[in-house]
Amino acid sequence: MSAPAPSVYSPAATAHAERLGLSLGRANLEVFAETLEELADSDPSIVAVTSDSRGSGKLKPFGQRLPDQIVEVGIAEQNLVGIAAGLAAVGRRSFAVSPACFLTARSLEQIKNDICYSDVPATVVGISAGVSYGALGSTHHSLHDYAALRAIHNLTIIAPADNYEAAEAVRLAAAHDKPVYLRFGKAKLYDLPRHGQQFEPGRATLLRDGSDVALFGIGETVIHCLLAAEMLAEDGVEARVLSMHTLRPLDADAIEEAARDCRAIVTAEEHSVHGGLGGAVAEALAERGGAPPLKIVGVPDEDTVTGSQADIFRHYGITGEGISAAAQHLLQRQEVAR
Amino acid sequence: MPDRGPLTDDQLRRLSVRMRQDVLRYILSAGAGHTGGSLSCVDILNVLYNRVLRVSPETFGNPDRDRYVQSKGHSVEALYVVLAHAGFFPIEQLETLCQYNSPFVGHPTRKTPGIEMNTGGLGHGLPICTGMAIGGQRSGARYRVFTLMGDGELAEGSNWEAAMAAAHYKLDNLTAIIDHNSLQITGATRDVCSNEPLDEKFAAFGWAVVSIDGHDYGQLTDALSAPAEAGKPTCVIANTTKGRGVSFMEGDVAWHHGVPSQQQYDDAIAELQAAERELEEAAL
Repeated sequence: MSAPAPSVYSPAATAHAERLGLSLGRANLEVFAETLEELADSDPSIVAVTSDSRGSGKLKPFGQRLPDQIVEVGIAEQNLVGIAAGLAAVGRRSFAVSPACFLTARSLEQIKNDICYSDVPATVVGISAGVSYGALGSTHHSLHDYAALRAIHNLTIIAPADNYEAAEAVRLAAAHDKPVYLRFGKAKLYDLPRHGQQFEPGRATLLRDGSDVALFGIGETVIHCLLAAEMLAEDGVEARVLSMHTLRPLDADAIEEAARDCRAIVTAEEHSVHGGLGGAVAEALAERGGAPPLKIVGVPDEDTVTGSQADIFRHYGITGEGISAAAQHLLQRQEVAR
Repeated sequence: MPDRGPLTDDQLRRLSVRMRQDVLRYILSAGAGHTGGSLSCVDILNVLYNRVLRVSPETFGNPDRDRYVQSKGHSVEALYVVLAHAGFFPIEQLETLCQYNSPFVGHPTRKTPGIEMNTGGLGHGLPICTGMAIGGQRSGARYRVFTLMGDGELAEGSNWEAAMAAAHYKLDNLTAIIDHNSLQITGATRDVCSNEPLDEKFAAFGWAVVSIDGHDYGQLTDALSAPAEAGKPTCVIANTTKGRGVSFMEGDVAWHHGVPSQQQYDDAIAELQAAERELEEAAL
C-alpha cells in the first residue's frame, strides 16, 4: 500500500473551507463519466471513444451498460480523434476521451483539422489534466493544452471548477452542435457557493465580490482562489473571485469590470504561465489600456518539479497561501508606487 | 446536367480525357495545383462518382448516402472537376480556384458542394472514414465509406492506427483506395521511405487486399463495387501513373505540384484532344 496522497488543501485552507460551509465533493472526472452515461442512456447518438482509457476515464460502467455506445481504439490518440470526428460527421455526438497530455499533443492536428476545421459536433475530453499525474513526470503533465487549443478557431474550451460545473459542461457539450474541449482532473473538489447563479458558457461565475483585487481561477484552481480570498479578508483585503470556467470564448466583460473596479488582478491555473488563462487575460487587459497590474500564477517556464498534485501546487504557489501572497505583493507594490 | 445514366467503359474513358483537360485548364488559370497526383487519380474518381457511390447533388443531405473522403487532399483539382461533371456545381466556378476568398481552396473543404470533410494534412482520411464506418455499422445503415490515399501518405502512422481499428471492427463497409503512383514530392516513394510490400502490410493488418490497374475501368469497377470479403475492410491498391495522360508529365516527379507554362499547357491539351479523337473514332 502506498501512502495516501497529501491533501491539496493546507490545514489553514481546510479551516477556511469549513468556515465557508463548503462540502468536499467528488472528482470532476467521476461526475463527467456519470453524467455522460446518464445522457447516453436516453440519447443513442452519444458515443464515447476511448484509447485504452476507459479505466482512467471512469467509463467502465458506461461501457458495460451501453456497449453499443463505446468505441475502443487502443493506445492511438490520433486515430481516437479521427474516429470521433468521423462518427460526428455521420450524426453521432462523440466524446473522445483520453489523458489530456497525450490527447492534446499527439492529436493536435486531428483536433484542428478533423473536428474544428471540418466543424463537426465532437467533444474532446482531456482527463487527468494539468498535473493530476504529478509524480509520473512531465510526459504525463498537460501544461500546454490551453495554449495550444486557444489558438484553434471554432473550439469552445471549458475547465469546470466543481462537480456542478462539470455536470453542466457535459450536458452543454452533448447538446451543442459545435466542437468543445472539456478538461477534467482527478482531485476531489469542494462544491463552490453559487448564490443561485447558473452555469453559462462564456460567462464567468462570480463566487465572491470585492474591489481590492480580482482573483480569476479556472478548473481546479478556482477553489484555491476562493480560499485565498478568505485569507486576504483576514488582512482586510476584499477579493473578488471568479470561476473563468470557459477559457474560450473568454468573458471579456468580467475582465473589463475587474479592471475597472479592482487595483490588481491575479490569475491561477494548472498550466504553464504561457498562453493559458493568464495569457488570455493579459491580452484582454493590454488591449484595454490602463490596466491594473497582473500576476499569473501557474507553472513557470522550467523543468517542472514532480510529486503529487498537492506537492506541485505547493511548490509553485497554486494554493490559497500562494495566491493571496501574490495578491498582497501586487497591492503593496502599488502602495510603494504611490 | 450531365447524362446520369450508366456509362460504358468507352464513355468513361472519354470523360476522363476531358476531365484531365479541365484539371489542366483550371490549374493553369489558378497558377497553382497538384498536377501529377490529380492526373493519376482522375480515373479512380470518375469510376467512383459515375458507377459506385450512391451520392448525387440531390441526395447529398441523405444520411444513408455513401461517403467519400479524399485523404490525399492535394489532388483536389481532380475532385473538383469530377464533382462538377457529376452536377454538384457549374464547372465554370472553378475559374476562382485558389483565388482570394474562393470556396475552391487548394485542399478540400466543406465549402464545396459534395465534399464531406476538410482534409489536406496527410494521414487523416482513414481514421475519419473508420469512424464513419463504425457509425454506419452500429446503426445498421447500408452506406459504404471510401477514402483515397496517396502511397507516400502511408508513412503517416495515423493510417496504421486506423488500419488496425478498421480490421478489429470488421468494417467491410470501408474501402481504402491507394493511388499507387509510386512518386512523392521528393522522388520515388521506394527511395524516400519504402512502404513495400503494401499488399502484404495491409493483409497482415487484417484487410482484404486487391491490386489493380488504377486506369482500367473494368478492374476499378470490380474492385470498388462491392467489399472484397465479408467481415474485412477492403484495400484497393490502384497502380497508377503520376501525370497520366500527358506524355511529358508521366512519371516525372517535377509535376508533383508543377504548373504548366502556356506552351506546355497547349502541348498537353493537344495530346489529350488527340487521344479524345482517337477514342471517339474507335467508338464509331
